[in-house]
Amino acid sequence: MYYKSLGYRVFNVFNIGFLIFLAVLCIVPLIHVLAISFSSKAAADASLVGLWPVEFSIEAYKKTMNNPAFLRSILISVARTVLGTAVTLAVTFLAAYPLSKDNSVFRSRSFYSWLFVFSMIFNGGLVPFYIVIQKLGLINSFWVLVLPATVNTFLVILMLNFFRGIPKELEEAALIDGAGHFKTLFRIYLPVSLPSIATIALFSMVFHWNSWFDGLLYLNDSRDFPLATFLQTVIIQRDMSSMSMSPQEMELISQTTVNAAQIFIGALPILLVYPFLQRFFVKGMTLGSVKE
Amino acid sequence: MKRMKKTWPFHVMLLPAVICLFLFSYLPMGGIIMAFQNYKPWLGLSGSEWVGLDNFRYLFERQDSMQVILNTLVIAVLKIVFNLLIPFGFAILLNEVRKTAVKGTIQTLVYLPHFLSWVILGGILIEMLAVDGFANRILGMFGVDPIFFLGDNNWFRFTVIISDVWKEFGYNTIVFLAALAGVNPTLYEAAEMDGASRFRQTLHITIPSMLPITVVVGTLALGNVLNAGFDQIFNLYNPLVYEKGDIIDTFVYRTAIINGEMGFGTAIGLFKSVISMILILVSYRMAYKWAGYRIF
Repeated sequence: MYYKSLGYRVFNVFNIGFLIFLAVLCIVPLIHVLAISFSSKAAADASLVGLWPVEFSIEAYKKTMNNPAFLRSILISVARTVLGTAVTLAVTFLAAYPLSKDNSVFRSRSFYSWLFVFSMIFNGGLVPFYIVIQKLGLINSFWVLVLPATVNTFLVILMLNFFRGIPKELEEAALIDGAGHFKTLFRIYLPVSLPSIATIALFSMVFHWNSWFDGLLYLNDSRDFPLATFLQTVIIQRDMSSMSMSPQEMELISQTTVNAAQIFIGALPILLVYPFLQRFFVKGMTLGSVKE
Repeated sequence: MKRMKKTWPFHVMLLPAVICLFLFSYLPMGGIIMAFQNYKPWLGLSGSEWVGLDNFRYLFERQDSMQVILNTLVIAVLKIVFNLLIPFGFAILLNEVRKTAVKGTIQTLVYLPHFLSWVILGGILIEMLAVDGFANRILGMFGVDPIFFLGDNNWFRFTVIISDVWKEFGYNTIVFLAALAGVNPTLYEAAEMDGASRFRQTLHITIPSMLPITVVVGTLALGNVLNAGFDQIFNLYNPLVYEKGDIIDTFVYRTAIINGEMGFGTAIGLFKSVISMILILVSYRMAYKWAGYRIF
């Protein structure tokens, strides 16, 4: 066998070493930021922190957790994530069922398909979108974080491809027994499609938790910002006004450590759902790529 | 049987999605007439002055907008190339790892950055890539002078492309690994019998079996030629690097939303949307012809 030859064994050692190096490279920045968040102000400001905390301290987390603006933005993020995911799931689930039918059963299907696909390949651009949001009265409203993201054609395709995999006999039996399409969808399709619903829910949750630009663009009051937008303004744009720090506090806690703590807390929910995500997203990613 | 023929429930089921599509996709498309106007918010769509193609002429006459288009092309094309080549190579190397536990751990780590937003990663990178940051301290150990990765026009594009590849290469490997998982093992067994070395097996079995999916991924990426990644650039750039790092999307944001040149902003957006749409249609056509790929 090839893997018993000396040459291949040498290659294998170098190969695994190289791949592990790359893999570690992928999380080094996260470890670095975690180390800073647990370091003292002096150590962080003097750029002494590498991958392990220097002069361990949880001051930065205390400060972050006592910042009402930060906590408020977390609540808004949770609200948008829960509501947004629920709305997306409901709408996607309903829309995918008719689209999974054959053209012979549902004649208008190709019209609807084009409606979805065209929305994916062409858009009016940022400015007209902004004007529409304005005309709909959604500027400064919480709902601007939920409604515009409701339909994601990619998720609809994911769902309808799953529906296509369900044996037709199940549906036929239900219809013959006198169930309508709604009943078939909720009684027959819903219970068997829980795995793909979970996939869509996870995609949608990650999307909502990470979205920051909509908050920045459509919300004028920083108190309405979701966490991602809050972090964008505080960490990237260095807007100190929402930090509510007195000069004495500034002395005690370095901006670097507080930023690091906020970044880590912002990434934490993603890290927590990541094990579940990994189980599902491979399915979503490879979908449609290798087909007949 | 009569129930099966009725299609009204289908229309009802599609209604919520269609309303959303109408409001948030099709209604904005109507707004593209602003590209042909000198749009003033207080005059509205009907009251603003019509200027024909002036906004587009302006787009090609202004030096900054031409530079922005060039930046977009350079950054986007380089991203496409490296986000194809590196996952391709990575998949081949990972495929050689025979211990599933090691392979699984590597996969878990490299997929992770894909799921973090550019706000989080931007915050980390700004800190790490500062002149006295972690990256420069490590380079300093090898005697390299500090590099201002995010503030130097000579380095910014490089930083953007490397950091994007860093974030996405793991995730982009998935499709290649899926293709490799589908290779018939008897091919390798037969090659083994014929005395082919692992290198030759890679050359004649592994790589050819990845080519169809590579063609599909590469072709479909065509649609992104004007997409240099708004989220990333917006969270990493600053006025020091506008010259080499400003792209169409960030330029539209600043001219239209910050400076209020709505008509001009719409025109650039439309320019991008139309070209992208043509590229997407062409690329899907090609992917279908060459590799039988269909999405819907």
